[in-house]
Amino acid sequence: MSAILNQVRQGFYMDSVALMRLSRTIAGLPGVQEAALMMATPANLEIMDDAGLLDGSAPDTASAAGGDLLIAVRADDLAAAEAAMTAATDELDCPNTLPGEGTAWKPRTIRAAQKSMPDANLALISVPGVFAAAEARKAIRRGMHAMIFSDNVALEEEAELKREARDLGRLVMGPDCGTAIIGGVPLAFANVVPSGSIGIVGASGTGTQEVSCLVAQLGHGISHAIGVGGRDLKSEVGGISTLMAIDALDADPGTEQIVLISKPPPDDVAALVLDRLGQSSKPATVCFLGADALSMPANATQVFTLKDAAHVATGEAPATPAAPDFPAPSGTQVAGFFAGGTLCAEAQVIMRRAGEAVASNAPIPGVPDVDGANQGHRLLDLGDDEFTQGRPHPMIDPGVRDAALIAALGDPDVAVVLIDNVIGYGAHADPAGHLAGVLAAHGGGKAPLVIASVTGTEADPQGRTRQVATLEAAGIAVAPSNADAVEWALRALGRAS
Amino acid sequence: MERIETANTEALRRMLAADPVLVDVVPAADAIPSLKERMILHAGPPIEWDRMCGPMRGAVTGIAVFEGWAPDLETAAELAADGAFEFHPNHHFDTVGPMTGMTTLSQPLMVVENQAFGNRAYCAVNEGLGKVMRFGGNDAEVLDRLRWIRDMLGPAMGKALRSTDGVELKSLVARGLTMGDEMHQRNVACSGLTLRALAAAMAATAEDTRALSTALAFMAGNDQFFLNIAMAMGKAIMDPVRDIDASSVVTAMCRNGTDFGIRVSGTGDTWFTAPVEMPEGLYFPGFTEADANPDMGDSTIVETIGLGGFAMGASPAVAGFVGAGAASDAANFTRTMGEITLGENPEWTIPALDYLGVPTAIDIRLVVETGLVPTINTGIAHREPGVGQVGAGVVRAPMACFTAALRALAEKVGVA
Amino acid sequence: MSDIPNPYATPLGDLLDRPPAVINVGLEGFSDELRQQDVECVHVDWAPPAGGDPELARLLSKLGS
Repeated sequence: MSAILNQVRQGFYMDSVALMRLSRTIAGLPGVQEAALMMATPANLEIMDDAGLLDGSAPDTASAAGGDLLIAVRADDLAAAEAAMTAATDELDCPNTLPGEGTAWKPRTIRAAQKSMPDANLALISVPGVFAAAEARKAIRRGMHAMIFSDNVALEEEAELKREARDLGRLVMGPDCGTAIIGGVPLAFANVVPSGSIGIVGASGTGTQEVSCLVAQLGHGISHAIGVGGRDLKSEVGGISTLMAIDALDADPGTEQIVLISKPPPDDVAALVLDRLGQSSKPATVCFLGADALSMPANATQVFTLKDAAHVATGEAPATPAAPDFPAPSGTQVAGFFAGGTLCAEAQVIMRRAGEAVASNAPIPGVPDVDGANQGHRLLDLGDDEFTQGRPHPMIDPGVRDAALIAALGDPDVAVVLIDNVIGYGAHADPAGHLAGVLAAHGGGKAPLVIASVTGTEADPQGRTRQVATLEAAGIAVAPSNADAVEWALRALGRAS
Repeated sequence: MERIETANTEALRRMLAADPVLVDVVPAADAIPSLKERMILHAGPPIEWDRMCGPMRGAVTGIAVFEGWAPDLETAAELAADGAFEFHPNHHFDTVGPMTGMTTLSQPLMVVENQAFGNRAYCAVNEGLGKVMRFGGNDAEVLDRLRWIRDMLGPAMGKALRSTDGVELKSLVARGLTMGDEMHQRNVACSGLTLRALAAAMAATAEDTRALSTALAFMAGNDQFFLNIAMAMGKAIMDPVRDIDASSVVTAMCRNGTDFGIRVSGTGDTWFTAPVEMPEGLYFPGFTEADANPDMGDSTIVETIGLGGFAMGASPAVAGFVGAGAASDAANFTRTMGEITLGENPEWTIPALDYLGVPTAIDIRLVVETGLVPTINTGIAHREPGVGQVGAGVVRAPMACFTAALRALAEKVGVA
Repeated sequence: MSDIPNPYATPLGDLLDRPPAVINVGLEGFSDELRQQDVECVHVDWAPPAGGDPELARLLSKLGS
């Protein structure tokens, strides 16, 4: 035998949708078979009657009219019906006083995002590579410039995209562009550097980071650092973005000189780019990392390391501070573990120049691949595809180089471990702390000497000084630059440089 | 593709240039000369008796009795099964109808004229809430009401409208949006505004004050009275947008309780159909999802012109129908529909969204690209014939209609 | 399409001579970092176009969506 309770609130109006939502809540209470809160219009009374909710003997129910609220409950027993009625009246008497937060709306497309921010001028794209060019195309056709962080974009697609962008007067930075600083704003993996007059065009992310940070360390600043992506200077692309970036910096009143950083380009593209630099009235510094000496235009200086690029551009005399007194090493080899591919390349340049036998998984011209070399120093780029398939980049998660590092710390042939510590936006919150933790567990005793450098600035979220202090407290020798770290490693081995 | 962009610009222009005016109420036989005895126009894309859902069958048998083609419902069902009736979509006759959408010879149809383009569109008069034919109701009470609409209300409205310049709908809807209507589930304001616009003329042209009072009371007591006017308006706005070469703009969306169908400007009169989905919503006491019929009606023409689910931001209370959706989420529905539309209507704006215009002109390319389908506000009918409305909620248009249309358009413009 | 208005006198002036306003498509962390720096940024809740269906994506690109 079920119990039916009716209650009428005369002249009480509530919106029908609100009432339906409340009805659903009350109907879901324990022991309740059916419940309804409705304005007592004839049509609603009929619905409630059909649902077996009306108590014919209740005088209020019989006299209820369209302007009255009727609360009706049918439950397994009277106690459940009364409890439901109390719950319903409580809800009515205690209306919601806090407006809902609502769910923040997020656009699903570049088109909709641009509607909500009509003055957008840059799309930063980090979707999977197969989709990246299509998104960049939408951005440039809508009048924006594009920075493509994604890699794995087909080379032909990159060339096609950049040709269209050039025709539209839009710049495409990337694909595989990790770093840019536009008007003082670091984008993706970049550092907070002071504003200044040096403009950088970088086909390499960590190369741009190292040079901009060294410029900052030398007391100078950056106007813009424009990334172009690692393949922009390939013949298939022909340096489209590099040339556009040089045009822009050449015309930019805030830029007094231009630094170009890239892997060695093929001759035809190198000629194009150098010719364009030669047309500028601004001095240029060219660092084709790993390349031989090339003939330069009159206003350009070729440099062979990132460190030299910073010194030439700033006009500050290069010097390598004296290395600390290192104990005599037990092993003979240097093992380098780099998160920055260009930092790994710079280390190879210095080793090669010093006549050292060196091998790498990302070799510069004249350096053998580690797979084929069975002795000498080994410099590994741990950001290379072979290490990052399905795993984060070591700049995001320094843990990915732990296994290799721990093996080297226990290897009697290894005299020096070389490591980079890249900070800034995009990077891990405390890479030095992570490294210190690994050394605390596996370093010391007969373990090899560890030499590091910190690519970063004081203004970076991680703070350069704090990172240096953490590394030094862990017994790591911290050199002022990546190039200096390599020089220190050579000195530790007793080589004069 | 340049050809599509040009076509779509024209489609949007025509939509925004429309000037719909409610001008008359006339018998269907006069409005649609090709309408014949035993011919039944229904909601949605084409369908025959054997595939019709319960409420649609209920309405068919009811309207057959109403028109005097069968003595009772059972005989009407037998006749229908024997192929005695000819079924056509309303859309093929410049007409739309809510839910089951029955349109036959003797019913009065409201006439909306798009005065910018000179075309007319039609819709029957809304029957009110409760047991009604549009939800498959077909008992004596339902048929009696239809007779009264045919004999009393329809003629009275027609007479009144003919004595005036008609009711200008664009500005009326603009006001309704600022008063909390979205013109599909909520028509309280526009129904009131319509009554206000018509009452004096109805009184001036009435011969019998008691009949006038009954008519005015019926209109005043029906919060959804304006829905059918909004639908005829939607049809009148969209018809001039049909058949623009290469345009990817949706010109009609409708459902018959079995299939959901869309038409696209660049693919002409082809219907792209897919099984219709179940609405998600709130139910009247005594009913649950198990009682619900799949979605039904031509009323989605309202979403096609940027109202209904697209204008949810104007009508936060309606957003409460969607699962546990908070009223404050209403704006998100409107902004999300902006992802699949070409533009905004500058005359139909939503004050709470900083006077954002309602999202206008659904582009099938954007629907397929984003995976976002039109959100539709809807009533829910009981799955059995004769029961009527059991709830209200929200339903999504099936993606399969849009992907099929995209393939056909690609074929048509030669890039398939 | 090459008549995009560029009120800036120099090449790429509309990129270099004003504070950037960024639409971030992909990694949400980049949006968070830009907002930390008070850079104007809208994050796109991106999903593969056409639900990742390559045939539809190909058609869409031809139809110029």
